[in-house]
Amino acid sequence: MSQDTVSRKIISLPITRQEARELRAGDLLFLRGTIYTARDAAHKRMTEAIEKEEPLPFSLENSSVYYAGPCPARPGFVIGSAGPTTSYRMDAYAPKLISLGQTVMLGKGLRSPLVIDAMKEYGAVYLGATGGAGALLSQRITACEVIAYPDLGAEAVRKLELFDFPAVVLIDSLGTSLYDR
Amino acid sequence: MREIEVDIVENSVAVLCIESNTVLGADIENRLGLMRDLEAAERPRAILDELLENAAIARAKGLPICQDTGMAVVYMQIGQDVHFRGGLVEEAINRGVSRGYREGYLRASVVSDPLLRINTGDNTPAVILWDIVPGDHVDITVAPKGFGSENMSSLTMLTPSQGVEGVREAILSTVRRAGPNPCPPVILGIGIGGTMDMAARIAKLALLRPVGEKSPVGHIAVLEDELLEEINKMDIGPAGLGGKTTALAVHINTYPTHIAGLPVAVNMSCHATRHAHIRL
Repeated sequence: MSQDTVSRKIISLPITRQEARELRAGDLLFLRGTIYTARDAAHKRMTEAIEKEEPLPFSLENSSVYYAGPCPARPGFVIGSAGPTTSYRMDAYAPKLISLGQTVMLGKGLRSPLVIDAMKEYGAVYLGATGGAGALLSQRITACEVIAYPDLGAEAVRKLELFDFPAVVLIDSLGTSLYDR
Repeated sequence: MREIEVDIVENSVAVLCIESNTVLGADIENRLGLMRDLEAAERPRAILDELLENAAIARAKGLPICQDTGMAVVYMQIGQDVHFRGGLVEEAINRGVSRGYREGYLRASVVSDPLLRINTGDNTPAVILWDIVPGDHVDITVAPKGFGSENMSSLTMLTPSQGVEGVREAILSTVRRAGPNPCPPVILGIGIGGTMDMAARIAKLALLRPVGEKSPVGHIAVLEDELLEEINKMDIGPAGLGGKTTALAVHINTYPTHIAGLPVAVNMSCHATRHAHIRL
């Protein structure tokens, strides 16, 4: 496969703030381990839960989030197509989650200066997967379970297990962005 | 007068929802391959390879090309000698969307109220565009529209003095501002003229044109070529990570407009510019 022909660093999630700080924009990665899906509606709910001091779907400490709303799984499949959604829509919520321990965000597209400031301050990294390659990426997800907000359907929070999921560091904890040219 | 049962419309829409979401058009696949060979650097080549491989996996396994299986845009061109029987055609279309999305394991991405935001669970309702045309056929086109790119679209109400330069800048600035967000390489559907809503409508319909087909209007075809060339010099590139392939195509539709106006709508779409068609 094309994304396998280049050499990639294997990253086992979750990672600490220190480990997040060691990654650099442009690093090519294979992700393994646990990541949680959350997009617009789940971020809104989680943020409201934080304000009301209610329990969250998963512990934020060293957590990894994948901005994604997968398709339903066909029979015999772990998950349907599952590529990244555009990340800037989560910019309003991300700094708070980073301040509470989130170390990895996986998505696509630009981020706001406030998100990048939080990444620099606390030690978090923003990774990208190829938008529009959801069928291909779904082959690298080995388990999927809805753990919260099932009424949100595609926007429910899912716990995913990844194996050699291809990603690239888009923005590192120094604020260096692969999009800046 | 020809009579058509609305059940046939329902079945057709269901099949077209699944087909459009899982099979990338040959025109787009070919263009991706051509552009891949023109890219000099490793990164854009690898990303275009990923998209080609993704299309092959989707087709082979019956998976959606993209998890954003879109809001179902259904374009109905109805011959004026057709009479529908057996119920309301609009309801039949929405039943078709509901069935297609459930039976095809496609994502339900529609909320019932834009502010209250409750998922309808079956991707209904569709956005239906209607045209009455000559004859006794019905042409149904299902074009699921993803919102990563839809959100990057724009509408600019220019004034006549701004002319073609104003049009050019409205389009180019939309692409520049979108950057990596709409999953480049993109396809641009552009509507120039009409009223505000007409410009947007013909922009959407421009996305249905096969990649490689030019506007039949000479000066507009030239403008399409010039814009495509200029956009592909922006170095946004595949996934926004640099390269020559920022857009696969620029399609412009025009309509007569008012003496005081020059509306320009840019409907941004990603490589998964999906559409499937049947004639009844």
